[in-house]
Amino acid sequence: MAEQIYRVNMTNLTTSTEPVPDKWMGLGGRGLTSTIVADEVVPTCHPLGSKNKLVVAPGLLSGTVAANSGRLSVGAKSPLTGTIKEANAGGTAAQMLAKLGCKALIIEGLPKNDIWYTLQISKDGVTIQEEKELIGKGNFAVVAGIGKRTSAKHGVMTIGPAGEMKMLSANISIKDPDSHLRSSGRGGLGAVMGSKKVKCIIIEPTDAKVEIVDQEKFKEANRTFTKALVDNPISQALGTYGTNVLVNIINESGALPTKNFTGGQFDGHEEISGETMHDIIVEREGKPRHNCHKGCVIQCSQIYNDKDKKYKTSGFEYESIWAMGADCCVDNLDHIAEADHLMDDIGIDSIETSVAMGVAMEGGLLAFGDGEGICRILREDVGKGTPLGRIIGCGAGSVGRAFGVTRVPVVKNQAIPAYDPRAIKGMGITYATSTQGADHTMGYTIATNILGVGGSVDPLSQEGQVELSRNLQIATAAIDSTGMCLFIAFAALDDATCLPALVDMINARFGADLTAEDVTNLGISILKTERAFNEAAGFTSKDDRLPEFFYEEPIAPHNVVWDIPDEELDKFWNF
Amino acid sequence: MNRNEISVTVKLFAFFRENRFKQQEQTFPATITVREIVQRQGIDPEEVGVTMINSRHCTLDQTPVQGDQLAIFPVIGGG
Ligand code: SF4
Repeated sequence: MAEQIYRVNMTNLTTSTEPVPDKWMGLGGRGLTSTIVADEVVPTCHPLGSKNKLVVAPGLLSGTVAANSGRLSVGAKSPLTGTIKEANAGGTAAQMLAKLGCKALIIEGLPKNDIWYTLQISKDGVTIQEEKELIGKGNFAVVAGIGKRTSAKHGVMTIGPAGEMKMLSANISIKDPDSHLRSSGRGGLGAVMGSKKVKCIIIEPTDAKVEIVDQEKFKEANRTFTKALVDNPISQALGTYGTNVLVNIINESGALPTKNFTGGQFDGHEEISGETMHDIIVEREGKPRHNCHKGCVIQCSQIYNDKDKKYKTSGFEYESIWAMGADCCVDNLDHIAEADHLMDDIGIDSIETSVAMGVAMEGGLLAFGDGEGICRILREDVGKGTPLGRIIGCGAGSVGRAFGVTRVPVVKNQAIPAYDPRAIKGMGITYATSTQGADHTMGYTIATNILGVGGSVDPLSQEGQVELSRNLQIATAAIDSTGMCLFIAFAALDDATCLPALVDMINARFGADLTAEDVTNLGISILKTERAFNEAAGFTSKDDRLPEFFYEEPIAPHNVVWDIPDEELDKFWNF
Repeated sequence: MNRNEISVTVKLFAFFRENRFKQQEQTFPATITVREIVQRQGIDPEEVGVTMINSRHCTLDQTPVQGDQLAIFPVIGGG
């Protein structure tokens, strides 16, 4: 099916389909969302006003049988950071949109009156319908409601109460194959969708297939690629323990931020570790291994059941567990799972919100370690939108301002995740320089700083960190454009057959002739496009800094501070 | 324990724990390398991803000293 751009104007409630302009042709995923945002959004606009646009794009290989290619990118100007933003997630939507021929969905404008809408996407384009039944509902109820209204096979993208209330940490949830949720978590994209009064987007199933120019070449490349992923020992560990296998190794390295970033090791690390989680999952007859979309061969997700062996949560990630666990000193995995479930239902970023809770604990709102208290506040304040709930729902920076706390771990107002930059300096470079605020996935130096993947760079040394972060940020921008899950990077860094096979698949799909260098250049041009947007929005290199306390407060056990000179940081952009 | 011996706290992670232990204090000859300690646990050094002594990365050729904590991880990843 020929690819098209689907456009929805929420001001006058019109829709259209347009041919793909030449300049967007070779792009997908993050490359496409960031290019469209840079082309069409006024950088200085209010992120929740009429000039911002929400852009949704499957990756270049989404919808094909390529392993792990079902990630969906969502982009806009972020209301949390004020920068350009892309957040990607699994679920069924990317593959379904690609099969319908939807290269990108652009939602623009704002409705004039206080009416909510649902968008329905089919091969004929988009229709807009007024929505009443699902307003105010949590994400799980929305998915169930849409399932009843249409079918269990329909794809769903939805916002919860947090998005409806335009909380700055609101996320967008995407239905997975089991009608559970994956989220485009970071940067408040759910608030942008809420500002446009779109409660959910329903995607019609189709038998159509994505066009592939050279089927034989594609199949062969996919075989090589899949083998590289399956054979990689890291993929195997991810399938057994999930990403939460990291709790113990990051704790051991002294970089597990604890008690609102006042320590680097957590006494309760064993209780919340991947090893313990695996045993609990098996004992309660959950699934240690599960995929967020069809075709994933790594399967880092899982189904975590409660004590009564009933479903509690899935996609239970290291960063969320760290944030609610070590950062808030909660050593009870069931409390963390309950909080994770509540945040999925309310539709709010589990990293931002949990780090915000840690800051609130320091501000005296509740005691460190009070997991039940966190769940209560999520349910009764954040979910219901009380004034306190709205302060927390607007993120760690918002809580710091409201409670007079100065130890607020954010860059560009976005919470720093699970790796302390003082003890893993490459990560600090990524947090500081990323085009999207603090985000570990932008340039995951943990691979090389801690895990010994792609070489090794001492996490405590100043040497080599800028270059490491730069190379990874460039590669990540390219991978985020393919629709591939970022966890293919471990195989890509270690197995010489992996990346060429990926490039071959792109070539076979489009009849193109790209080289590995072209792919690197794609990454470079995406970063530069994003950076230019931010500069036009008013950001300078002075914003590429970590908060003051990292420079001043040493963190145990290594007793180190953030000591990379500002001039070094600024060299990041020399490329 | 005599002067030619050291005691080291050995910590194992992920599937290295299966049929072994999480943490154990063990006594070794003072000249032992990390590689030999790994082998004494019945672990193939090829399967080792990361080793740390007292929370700093170390090589398999390094020699721990009395009272060190040695953490042994298989090849793992996440993010
Ligand atoms: S490895 Fe995990 S995040 Fe990646 S596609 Fe598979 S289940 Fe989703």
